[in-house]
Amino acid sequence: MSFHIVPRSTYFKVFAALVLLLVVTVLAAKVPLGVFNTPIALSIGLVKATLIVLYFMHVRYSPPLVRVFAAGGFLWLAIMFALTFSDVLTRH
Amino acid sequence: MEITAAPMPDTRHVAHHFDDAEQQFVAAELGMWVFLATEVLFFGGVFCGYAIYRFKYAAEFIAGSHRLDVWLGTVNTAVLLTSSLTMALAVHAAQTSRRGALVRNLLLTLLLGAAFLGVKGYEYHHKFEERLVPGRNFRFVAHSAHVPESLQPAKEEKVDPRQVELFFSLYFAMTGLHALHMIIGIGVLAVLIVAAGRGAFSGGYFTPIEMTGLYWHFVDIVWVFLFPLLYLIR
Repeated sequence: MSFHIVPRSTYFKVFAALVLLLVVTVLAAKVPLGVFNTPIALSIGLVKATLIVLYFMHVRYSPPLVRVFAAGGFLWLAIMFALTFSDVLTRH
Repeated sequence: MEITAAPMPDTRHVAHHFDDAEQQFVAAELGMWVFLATEVLFFGGVFCGYAIYRFKYAAEFIAGSHRLDVWLGTVNTAVLLTSSLTMALAVHAAQTSRRGALVRNLLLTLLLGAAFLGVKGYEYHHKFEERLVPGRNFRFVAHSAHVPESLQPAKEEKVDPRQVELFFSLYFAMTGLHALHMIIGIGVLAVLIVAAGRGAFSGGYFTPIEMTGLYWHFVDIVWVFLFPLLYLIR
């Protein structure tokens, strides 16, 4: 039996990365890139979310079954968006 | 990555239907992720609605977004990320059986969460004063003296106030739902602080701390997407 103890230094590094990414998001929004602004903001959000899930929520150290369940919610979310927009984007 | 194993936990906390503490912990973790999957889809529905209308009424959503305070939103994001750090440190303190550090980090998490809600409340109040709360008193003037010239829609651009109202409906629904989750999280933290002060948790048993952490970080992730989608669209 062993609980994985993530060292505090890892938490501080992840936190530093999250704050850095927050600054990047805010600055990137000030640069006019037209249609690319939103995809960039969402990509940065995705990186932040992944860091939180893997390290703060310990999914990186969890058993495979837990990882599958953690991915499951996001998989169904992707299905919801894909089916919704296959309708919305193809209407006239 | 350096990972150290905790000492063998005592078995007083293991319920009779589990083989050992590890199986019990993983069962709780699995159950929590099932709950979080329902939460992902719960918030996902609102995000999906937002995406549809953002796609249909881009100009109005941009005009509405310009009435939000980017500076306050940024500060609040930083406050929430910091609260996630203190929550993670609380888990570490519980795992290493440091009661004082556990109580301190849980308390910090609670206070940072309360600070977030305080700023949110101030923003809501401001929107109320500007008559940007959807309903009978909603009034959106495209070219207002309150808003810097650079953030106003171009003179020739048509902006329908009804769709700007839709943006604010989504703004209040999404941030309100998020704030409700924060309030629930703060309530759970308060219970944990009392229990932790009495010495309920140690390296051998910290399941409630870890599960509350999972919930708190999930609420943080929701905000990580809400912030750019509501405050930063240009």
